[in-house]
Amino acid sequence: MIEIEGLTKRFGPVTAVAGLSLSVAKGEVLGFLGPNGAGKSTTMKMITGFLTPDAGRASICGHDIETDTTAAQALIGYLPEGAPAYGDMTVRQFLAFIAEVRGFSGAEAKARVTAVVEKTDLGPVLEQPIETLSKGFKRRVGLAQAILHDPPVLIMDEPTDGLDPNQKHSVRGLIQAMAAEKAIIISTHLLEEVDAICTRAVIIDRGGVVADGTPAELLARSRYHNAVTLTLAENDAEGVVAKLKALGGVAQVERKLIGNAVRLTAFPKSGSLLIEQVSQLASRENWTLKELYAEPGRLDEVFRAITTSDAARAKAARA
Amino acid sequence: MNAVMNKVVTNAKYVLPIFKREFASYFATPLAYVFIVIFLLTMGAFTFYVGHFYENGIADLSVFFAYHPWLYLFLVPAISMRLWADERRTGTMELLLTLPIPLWATVLGKYLAAWAFTGIALALTFPIWLTVNYLGEPDNGVIFASYIGSFLVAGGYLAIGACISASTSNQVIAFVVSVAVCFLFTVSGAPLVLDVFQAWAPMALTDAVASLSVVTHFNAITQGVLDLRDIVFFLSLIALFLAANIVVVDLKKGG
Repeated sequence: MIEIEGLTKRFGPVTAVAGLSLSVAKGEVLGFLGPNGAGKSTTMKMITGFLTPDAGRASICGHDIETDTTAAQALIGYLPEGAPAYGDMTVRQFLAFIAEVRGFSGAEAKARVTAVVEKTDLGPVLEQPIETLSKGFKRRVGLAQAILHDPPVLIMDEPTDGLDPNQKHSVRGLIQAMAAEKAIIISTHLLEEVDAICTRAVIIDRGGVVADGTPAELLARSRYHNAVTLTLAENDAEGVVAKLKALGGVAQVERKLIGNAVRLTAFPKSGSLLIEQVSQLASRENWTLKELYAEPGRLDEVFRAITTSDAARAKAARA
Repeated sequence: MNAVMNKVVTNAKYVLPIFKREFASYFATPLAYVFIVIFLLTMGAFTFYVGHFYENGIADLSVFFAYHPWLYLFLVPAISMRLWADERRTGTMELLLTLPIPLWATVLGKYLAAWAFTGIALALTFPIWLTVNYLGEPDNGVIFASYIGSFLVAGGYLAIGACISASTSNQVIAFVVSVAVCFLFTVSGAPLVLDVFQAWAPMALTDAVASLSVVTHFNAITQGVLDLRDIVFFLSLIALFLAANIVVVDLKKGG
């Protein structure tokens, strides 16, 4: 439903997005990841028709955003970065305005507003001017505005930024409930969010895609993927490390002191599953363990490994 | 004919929500009331104290209308300065321009709302019209034409101000630059400007500059002659700056 080909945007000497191509199908929730300034927001602004790309094209359900802008925009629900809204309007006035712009009138418009207020829990603040609302409510007003017309394509720039854990949970629930019927792109800094709601994660860096796969596939790229961690008393550590190293599948063992205990992490040689070997070894040797678990992999570590620091990026962009 | 009607209806559908929201926003804050009160007070002050409305002993509103272009010079940019600069500053520009509305309709809707608002302020000067009718027998045709002319002057300045507001996120800059540009359009018929051109420029250029003067065209209308040429001047001025407004918004979306 969303097709992006070779999208490019330059701001003066800086190339913000460099030939980005993606396609998102119905039912996908694409998590758009990347360091600050990687080009996430710029890409979203081009997909939604706010910025004009310098090269490349984007289309929504077959409508090109540059040549068929209004038709394409009618199919998009967009939550811009920071969830901007008219501060002097009340929540009800603002949503009524959006409903009118989206082509609803009379009872239909009222029903749409009521439904979306229900979904985003905005009932208690309906008659308050938006500028008096807390950050969490403001974000939900932005969300309500984006989903009011039940769009087939939903693009959200950091939908849970600034929300508390409860609010995050309910927004994620809302997104998941809509996911089957829509093509959704969300950008986020929160790696746990990708794990929680995304069916696909795309990491971009310096304006281009550097990783594209399911969250599980990304996790598999982690050094920690299938590693095994054990916590035990310091005195036992030497013997255990020696035994672990003797196991066929173990490539390396790292240790970390925590109080008077030691946390050992055994990294596997590529492809081998360690947890079974290690747990059998532990029961055979009768080790006294406080913890024993297999690592699924660490997204933040994958993220750091394939993206660059902002200073390096700024330098590269200007080169 | 039907096709044309359909087109008008479709396009009105785009402009109307923008117009309504923008128009209501004036009254959501004290802005509307402050502006209207100041507008009426200064109009009154200039008419009675500077223009000596009573002492003249003539039952017409020429002294009242004579000051309009000069008052608008400061009051209209105060309205237009926030038109786009505020959207840019608060980030609502991104929301507005990603809604399924063509850019021209957004520009037109916002502009018409501002113009309608100044129209209301102008209409609220009606007590002076009642006064002059009570005191004597003025030519109400001339007064009607003058009101139309005054409304057109405000419209011209608003279009200039809207275009300039679109180029910045700073309302103060928008105000100052708008006043300066409107000033040029106000005085271009005065000797102050024309003398500069007369010294060296061909007659045609001097005439062209003089014909850009808002005051010249406004004065022609306040004589009681609603000449098509004067109306075309104002409408072209408005159309030109609204077209520029569309281009400026489109070019400056990114930053």
